Amino acid sequence: MTEKVPLIRLAKREDMARSRIWLIRLLAFVLALILGGLVFVIAGADPITAYSTMVAGSLGKVTGIRQVVKVAVPLLGTALALAPCFAMRYWNIGAEGQITMGAMMASFFALKMVNAMPSPVLLIVMGISAALMGALWAGIPAFFKAHWGTNETLFTLMMNYIAIGIVGWLQGGPWEGKPGSQIIPMFDEKAVLPSVFGVHIGWIIVLILTFLMYIYMTKTKHGYEIAVLGESENTARYAGMDVRRVMLRTACLSGGIAGLVGFMICSGADETLYQTVAGGVGFTAITVTWLAQLNPFAMIAISLLLAILSKGASTIQTTMGVPASISDIITGIILLCMLGCEFFINYKMIFRGHEEHPLAPTTAQNTEVPGVSPEAVKEVKA
Amino acid sequence: MAQNHAVEFKGISKSFGHKIANEKVDLYLDRGVIMSLLGENGSGKTTLMNMLAGIYFPDEGEILIDGKPVVIRSPKDAFDNGIGMIHQHFKLVDVFTAAENIVLGLKEDGKLDRRKVSARVSEIAAKYGFEIDPDKKIYEMSVSEKQTVEIIKVLYRGADILILDEPTAVLTPQETAKLFRVLKAMREDGKSIILITHKLNEVMEISDVVAVLRKGQHVATVRTSETSEKELTEMMVGRTVTLDIDRPLPVDPKPRLTVAGLTVKDSEGVTKLDNVGMVAYGGEILGIAGIAGSGQKELLEAIAGLRHIQKGSIIYTPEHEAPAELVGKSPMEIKEAGVALAFVPEDRLGMGLVGGMGMTGNMLLRSWNKGRGIFVDTKAPEELAEKVLENLDVQTPSIDYPVRKLSGGNVQKVLVGREIASAPSVLMSAYAVRGLDINTSYTIYNLMTQQKMKGVAVIFVGEDLDVLLELCDRILVLCGGKVSGVVDARKATKEQIGLMMTSSDFIHSSPRPGETISQAEAMVAKSKEVRQND
Repeated sequence: MTEKVPLIRLAKREDMARSRIWLIRLLAFVLALILGGLVFVIAGADPITAYSTMVAGSLGKVTGIRQVVKVAVPLLGTALALAPCFAMRYWNIGAEGQITMGAMMASFFALKMVNAMPSPVLLIVMGISAALMGALWAGIPAFFKAHWGTNETLFTLMMNYIAIGIVGWLQGGPWEGKPGSQIIPMFDEKAVLPSVFGVHIGWIIVLILTFLMYIYMTKTKHGYEIAVLGESENTARYAGMDVRRVMLRTACLSGGIAGLVGFMICSGADETLYQTVAGGVGFTAITVTWLAQLNPFAMIAISLLLAILSKGASTIQTTMGVPASISDIITGIILLCMLGCEFFINYKMIFRGHEEHPLAPTTAQNTEVPGVSPEAVKEVKA
Repeated sequence: MAQNHAVEFKGISKSFGHKIANEKVDLYLDRGVIMSLLGENGSGKTTLMNMLAGIYFPDEGEILIDGKPVVIRSPKDAFDNGIGMIHQHFKLVDVFTAAENIVLGLKEDGKLDRRKVSARVSEIAAKYGFEIDPDKKIYEMSVSEKQTVEIIKVLYRGADILILDEPTAVLTPQETAKLFRVLKAMREDGKSIILITHKLNEVMEISDVVAVLRKGQHVATVRTSETSEKELTEMMVGRTVTLDIDRPLPVDPKPRLTVAGLTVKDSEGVTKLDNVGMVAYGGEILGIAGIAGSGQKELLEAIAGLRHIQKGSIIYTPEHEAPAELVGKSPMEIKEAGVALAFVPEDRLGMGLVGGMGMTGNMLLRSWNKGRGIFVDTKAPEELAEKVLENLDVQTPSIDYPVRKLSGGNVQKVLVGREIASAPSVLMSAYAVRGLDINTSYTIYNLMTQQKMKGVAVIFVGEDLDVLLELCDRILVLCGGKVSGVVDARKATKEQIGLMMTSSDFIHSSPRPGETISQAEAMVAKSKEVRQND
């Protein structure tokens, strides 16, 4: 019967050594670079030069590093904002709007109240008001979900467009600088975040937030409530948790952090308010959160990686004339490989004729749930 | 014909990591035979059947169908060989109709002809005596109807070897009787049926032969007519066991929980509990019997504060303390007061446990809110997890191993163990032995009795009347949300309780009185049948 045994079988595995897991991830990254190299070749560029230009452009000089950090800060901040929501299985894809509304609120104080208070107070007021506004913006869909079971995915998504629309109106109307310019004036320097090592102090804020979020998710009662609610609403109710409150509170926390990110972008990076203040960060951060598997510290590495890629992309565009969209393709390949390698961490492949002795220890484990995964053993090729 | 077995396993082995699920199993089954596959939790029954159904692939050995070796690599291969498995957890698309689910995935030529499918489904149903509405959506169906869809699904695909994994675990006695009639009709038609089950009385009632597995090995296959429940249990467990429940007399029973005039409606406004009154005493086990859905779940949930109460009072009298009204208190406050609920839902994990967390995380479910600060205290739950692990002999690699990956019996031990560990003064348990093997069930019964001897008021909702009669001191019978009476469990008979489960005022208010009467009759008839087998 050996002839008819499937060529490749897949078996679920667990308990893989940590070092091996990281080896697989590293191999996936290398594979992604090789595949990306092929893309460069097709585009007519030398892959080695292209890669080294990307690295040199992003990490080679201090200014490059500063720009990388500047890109990474909002990504990391927003990924942190999304983590508790995703842990609760509450799909907040409205970070974009929450960032925008936070930035709008901060800008209100930066533009209209700049002479009312000294700079540190102004910045603190801007930060707090941005967080509150973001929380409110995230709280509206959460309130509807908690009370009437509306779909948070659609609701938060729609809220993005409203937020962007509001800022668009302000930009072309009430807050417009020179008439006809369609631009809001630059902030007074009192309303601009100070810099440390050449980058606005937002990077220190997000690093502190990373640590706090880790503690919040793993050690606190709130974090436990979120984890239980994410697994089963019934169980949460049974344990005496106030499901509506937890949902609302977590969504507001998430929106609050996103709003704070909005404040950091407009006050730290842009020094004014644009309609595109969020610029897709709210969506890219979803990828960061997933790739990091909700681990705040892993989010640091992933947001830095994405920032390096995006900075490198603009470098090769200017120095080598390779379109930046090529590096978007490469970013896509890297993400795909990183997500794909998780499959090899969770499953192992058994090739025909290379079966381990059935009674010898292997790395697979019984899942105990009958028939839960028909894919656990499936035919790849007869 | 006679020399070829319908199915034959030859030297089948399968291991998962360090764990050996099956070791050199030789087993066969003939046409027109119902075989029960018996074994404790984790004895490899489901794994063995999953290999026949194409979900797992054996490490060693071969499977013969009608005397010919076959290789079953996928569920599709299994279907091609006429094998169909009905899993414990149904695999149906909720928003599709029965007929749509039945043809789902079939590669038939031409357009989907719903009328033809429905006609064919009805034909199969008529042949074996199923009741099914092919156009009903799955989400509108009861558990038993969903099971019917699963069975017809495999029959529609031409299966003549059917594997049913614990089919009666979530059925009422009446539904079980109906299922057994269908299985017998299939046997007459020459189909081979393998039943994975824990319930010995059902094994004796329905099967022709019994195959017993122990620790992944095939112990023996015996004719049902030539064996007894006791012998089977010994083969399963590997040693002599006594199947008697020790039932000491209650010592100094005092009213602990007094329920009066309790009325509960569900979210759709349907009355689930109607003017229910009862008293639970400390130091006794109060059983609650009733046809599935008579308000057992609602009663326990109302006491635990998980249901909105329309009317009535629940007076709780702790030892050495003044009586207190529970109605209007939050679930948390009620729990704090010492009223514990261990409810095992149909899917075991839906309520009361968090599948993705380990034992520690699940112990924390009771105490997460303790302490003042914002941080959770994991030290006490860790100690508790260790204690439960030791006391109840939970089989787990570590206390942080996700409980979802534990076998059903161990999951239940974690749940019941946690509730008992909170030292409650009222312990409510519903379906605590659902799907458990004999040995583990008796562990749970003994735990209940231990709690009773500590002076706890134990409320035990059970499905098995025999067990209720053996374990409890008094039995409260519910019928359509009303109390039809309370009996002394030492004196009452199954017939008496069976009749009370369908009492006269229920029949008046029931929209389908005829069905209710026949259910009651079926139940009484079944209990008689079981007796005769004894």
